[in-house]
Amino acid sequence: MFPEQLNVPLGKWVNRFVDWLVVNYGDAFEAFADSLLTVLVWLEQILRGTPWWIVVIAIAVIGFHASRNWKIAAGLAIAMVAIGSLGLWDKAMQTLALMIVATALSVIIGVPVGIAMAMSNRLRAVMLPILDTMQTMPSFVYLIPALMLFGLGKVPAILATVIYAAPPVIRLTDLGIRLVDPEVLEASRSFGANRRQILWKVQLPLALPNIMAGINQTTMMAISMVVIASMIGARGLGEQVLMGIQRLDVGAGMEAGIAIVLLAVVFDRIGQAYGKRSHRSHKAEGKS
Amino acid sequence: MSYIEIRNIFKIFGPDPEKSLKLARDGADKDEILAQTGHTVGLHDVSLSIERGETFVVMGLSGSGKSTLIRHLNRLIDPTSGEVLFDGTDILAMSINELNAFRRKRLGMVFQRFGLLPHRSVVDNVGYGLEIQDVDRSTRENAARNWIERVGLAGYEDKFPDQLSGGMQQRVGLARALTTDPEVLLMDEAFSALDPLIRNDMQDELMKLQGELHKTIVFITHDLDEALKLGDRIAILKDGKLIQIGRPEEIIMRPADDYVRAFTRDVNRSRVLRAKTLMQPLVNGGEVNASWPEITGDMRLEDILPVALATGGSMAVINGKKEPIGILSKEQVIAALAA
Repeated sequence: MFPEQLNVPLGKWVNRFVDWLVVNYGDAFEAFADSLLTVLVWLEQILRGTPWWIVVIAIAVIGFHASRNWKIAAGLAIAMVAIGSLGLWDKAMQTLALMIVATALSVIIGVPVGIAMAMSNRLRAVMLPILDTMQTMPSFVYLIPALMLFGLGKVPAILATVIYAAPPVIRLTDLGIRLVDPEVLEASRSFGANRRQILWKVQLPLALPNIMAGINQTTMMAISMVVIASMIGARGLGEQVLMGIQRLDVGAGMEAGIAIVLLAVVFDRIGQAYGKRSHRSHKAEGKS
Repeated sequence: MSYIEIRNIFKIFGPDPEKSLKLARDGADKDEILAQTGHTVGLHDVSLSIERGETFVVMGLSGSGKSTLIRHLNRLIDPTSGEVLFDGTDILAMSINELNAFRRKRLGMVFQRFGLLPHRSVVDNVGYGLEIQDVDRSTRENAARNWIERVGLAGYEDKFPDQLSGGMQQRVGLARALTTDPEVLLMDEAFSALDPLIRNDMQDELMKLQGELHKTIVFITHDLDEALKLGDRIAILKDGKLIQIGRPEEIIMRPADDYVRAFTRDVNRSRVLRAKTLMQPLVNGGEVNASWPEITGDMRLEDILPVALATGGSMAVINGKKEPIGILSKEQVIAALAA
């Protein structure tokens, strides 16, 4: 037996810390939660209020803009119609809204953090284990404090999704900037560029393909969180899967699962196509 | 005071350079310091001065510190100890803003692997220096197009770097450095990555441009032939130390030590040595025979040779005003070739 005297009451400390947060900063968390909720509800209303065929056409147009390929655009439209024909259109739109907000929040937080990590080796040394923890910690563990701070519903679902999904865009932004050819940076410095000019004119444009790959991965991970998010009250396709499990309704679960996969495929194709374009856009233009 | 002065520069790479600096000052060399402290000596007590308008070549093998040296002139690298004076100003005392303004206005740099921005077209690459200075788009595009034409790339303005050959990419690099109209052109092994024929073309191109522009050029190379061809003066570095500094003929005729001598052994001397260097100067009152063929002081040995072979005795060396300044005999020509 491990001697009891050596036990560290970490659990108690964490409880006390979360209690302290709720008591002292409850209002601030609520205000933050409200503003996030406003954005999410607004987006959800737009997506659910728009006629289905406009959404399908919009997805096809975005797909064509990204890939310049009619076949891919048509494939994406068919995938969306398939989701609708499974009877899950409304739930898919709820999931879509949650995913878009979570991904946007991940990118807004992740890209600046990635840039800061690329600039500072010390910050990077601190952040890498944190990112590893974010990705490996079972999500239920941080769902509990999120619930205590924000209550049941969509906001803790978004935060849990961001914690799980932000690491790829952070890592790949950092990597992309670090991979920029040092001689190109040196050339830029030799012409008297300051740090802001180097960041915007050299580092970010050259890191863009990697940043796009990171955003794509973040999107995929956000989709994979929908089932867990539904456990704390987020509506959408995850809710349907959960219901299938609870009622041992294999068919309903399968339908919702297929819809999630189709949604993931749609966003993966769009993200990848944009990533490829940022990679070779200059070549395509140069040949025209 | 010279235009650019470098005084007693030491550069030591590693986490704690001070201790190694003391060792270096006490005379320890690169290998000893590396063995004792794990620090690498980049430059060891280098002092030199560069005059306005000259092409100054720094020659050395890899690891000699030549690329480190050129980066001290625009402070891409800061020295561990020493001074860098530019037109009387201590550039090491500049704040980052002053330094950026100094780099923008007065320096241009060309890199071995070009350092072009792969996501930008030729015209946007060439205009980059002006863009950094917040010059408006139409002005910088006009300037860029002008220089693209002068380096012989007209018609390639909208291409991207990866669509161009190495030689063309370096022309873009050269045009980019010239577009800001800098006083000093820093060229770090600018032609080393090019194949020999292209390299030769680029050297000729640079000499032609320099004939029109009269910039101050600091040129880094590992190739002695290139150094002798381009340089008004040449500095030779080895293990971070300055071994010899002088005009090309001085390097060939009077190598400072065995290291330089080994380098110069394979050089085509007839391309480097000039009549001026080899002749016996006319001390006031010296006579030249009117029947001797005349050669100019700047003529190279390879051009003198046919004249020397056609004549029985000596040749009269004349200056630009057609006045005789020295005498060169056939025997001296042959001796210079055989040495």
